[in-house]
Amino acid sequence: MNNFVTLFKKEFFLFFTSPVAYAIITIFMLMAGFFFYNIFAYYSVVSQQIAMQGIVSGSGGINVTEGILIPFHMNISVVVLLLIPLITMRSFSEEKKNGTFELLMTYPIKDYEVVLGKFFAAFAFYGVLITLTLIYPLIVSVYASIELPVLISSLLGLLLMGAAFIAVGILISSLTENQIIAGGLTFGVCLIFWLLGWMETEASPEIGTVLKHLSLIEHFQNFSKGTINTKDIVYYFDFIILMLFLTLRNLDSNKWRG
Amino acid sequence: MIRVSDLSKQYGALKAIDQVNFHVEKGEIVGFLGPNGAGKSTTMKILTCFTQPTSGSVNIAGFDAFNDSIEVRKRIGYLPENTPLYEEMTPRSLLRFIAGLKGVPTKEQNKKVEEVISLFGIAKFSGKLIKYISKGQKQRVGIAQAMIGEPEILILDEPTVGLDPKQIHEIRDIIKNMQGKRTVILSTHILPEVSMTCQRILIINKGKIVTEESTVNLMSRFHSHNIFEIEIDGDEKKVQSVLRDVKNILRIDVKEKSNDQRNIYEIETEKNIDNRREISHAVVHNGLGLLSFKTVSRSLEDIFLELVTDEKEAEVKDE
Ligand SMILES: Nc1ncnc2c1ncn2[C@@H]1O[C@H](COP(=O)(O)OP(=O)(O)O)[C@@H](O)[C@H]1O
Ligand SMILES: [Mg+2]
Repeated sequence: MNNFVTLFKKEFFLFFTSPVAYAIITIFMLMAGFFFYNIFAYYSVVSQQIAMQGIVSGSGGINVTEGILIPFHMNISVVVLLLIPLITMRSFSEEKKNGTFELLMTYPIKDYEVVLGKFFAAFAFYGVLITLTLIYPLIVSVYASIELPVLISSLLGLLLMGAAFIAVGILISSLTENQIIAGGLTFGVCLIFWLLGWMETEASPEIGTVLKHLSLIEHFQNFSKGTINTKDIVYYFDFIILMLFLTLRNLDSNKWRG
Repeated sequence: MIRVSDLSKQYGALKAIDQVNFHVEKGEIVGFLGPNGAGKSTTMKILTCFTQPTSGSVNIAGFDAFNDSIEVRKRIGYLPENTPLYEEMTPRSLLRFIAGLKGVPTKEQNKKVEEVISLFGIAKFSGKLIKYISKGQKQRVGIAQAMIGEPEILILDEPTVGLDPKQIHEIRDIIKNMQGKRTVILSTHILPEVSMTCQRILIINKGKIVTEESTVNLMSRFHSHNIFEIEIDGDEKKVQSVLRDVKNILRIDVKEKSNDQRNIYEIETEKNIDNRREISHAVVHNGLGLLSFKTVSRSLEDIFLELVTDEKEAEVKDE
């Protein structure tokens, strides 16, 4: 436990010594802001039109949750898909390249402590990003009331989905000493898991259900609408545990090959 | 303290090390000497539990490197080749981090870190990012991180490579000071290094231990001939004829000629016969000036070359 905390702290603070971290934060906020602005502007126009057509708002009009919150968080999930590879690509790859991996693995620490330290450090950094997006709902709350349960469930969904992407990224980073390859592959693999849901329509019903179940985004949609299902949570947990387990196996096999 | 038995490591078809056996006793400083690619780093990676051997076993302080890897790693301080360190950290933050990983209790961490910082003269640059410090400074941080937590055993892979002579001297002093206190294995492909810092030398070539002996023994074993350098004032022809009359001289060569007849001669005499008295007597009594008389011992460099070359020749014969 002590080792995990030590590793976590070092990994987490090292993020902020790199310009990449600030670039990620900046790009993330810019993209989130761009999407928010578009959604917000579109929503204003639509709701104005509705008002001008004389329909009494409140009963028939679109509400803030459906008009802003849900589309906004769906867009954020795309941004997350783009940026998580940048967060995780250095994780093991850089250490392997610099040789610090050798030093790290010869300290009296367990492999799982290393994996968990790196995973949770990346997750904490990601948590910072997600926390920053809260300003946008906050802006909305100035003009209209927000459905807090939907917001909370969306954030939970974003955190879980992001954690799943991070687990993929950590695994892939442990496979190569090339950061660029690690980042690219992570993006590719995450994208495939993302798109699995879309392929559902073309596949036979049985395979379609499986694909839908495997799709990372499919489960997120429920969260973004404000429904928290145990099934979705279990899916993300299983996925994360599997990825981290494979990372652990890979570290072990490194000892025999390397 | 360290027992290595029949250790082999194969990378694909390449045998990086092949049936390596050796022991290291507590408090010894042992040099691991061999040319590049000999298998030094591979052996060290196995000792530090970074890599698993293909076959054979390593026992360190009574623990098996494979089954009790954590216990083994607790007792080892390791400096890998090329001193990999976290470049984005400062020496102080790095040492604190490592003290934590090595299980130094939180309360003592600061004290222990400050101890090694002053011991290795790191204070001046302890707050600079590691990427901005010099190679020699980095090396000191590398040894400091190996020393933190006071491990019984230190494994240093080419600790002086890439340093300037002054820095090399400093690092060697640090290592020499550990004698009797820590068990040290250091690898190098530079000969004077081992003869200066180590009590015992393991010579490894092409994955095999070629010889294993104390530095002193190794030097004397190859002391089979007596070679002297003598500076004599006098006509060269006369010197040659005078020396030829002395018994047991095998060879007389002019090593350095000078314009004023003060030449330096290299003389090889029969082994195990000390005829230095006869030589000096002959020189002086024939009216020549004996300016200096020096015994030349063969360097480890020669010994090493001989050992390694012998093996090469044996291999050629095999084919
Ligand atoms: N990870 C590896 N994969 C394949 N071959 C390796 C690996 N590490 C070392 N070797 C090979 O094993 C041999 C011994 O290398 P090494 O132990 O590094 O030698 P030294 O440290 O004595 O210079 C070399 O031929 C080297 O190319
Ligand atoms: Mg080496």
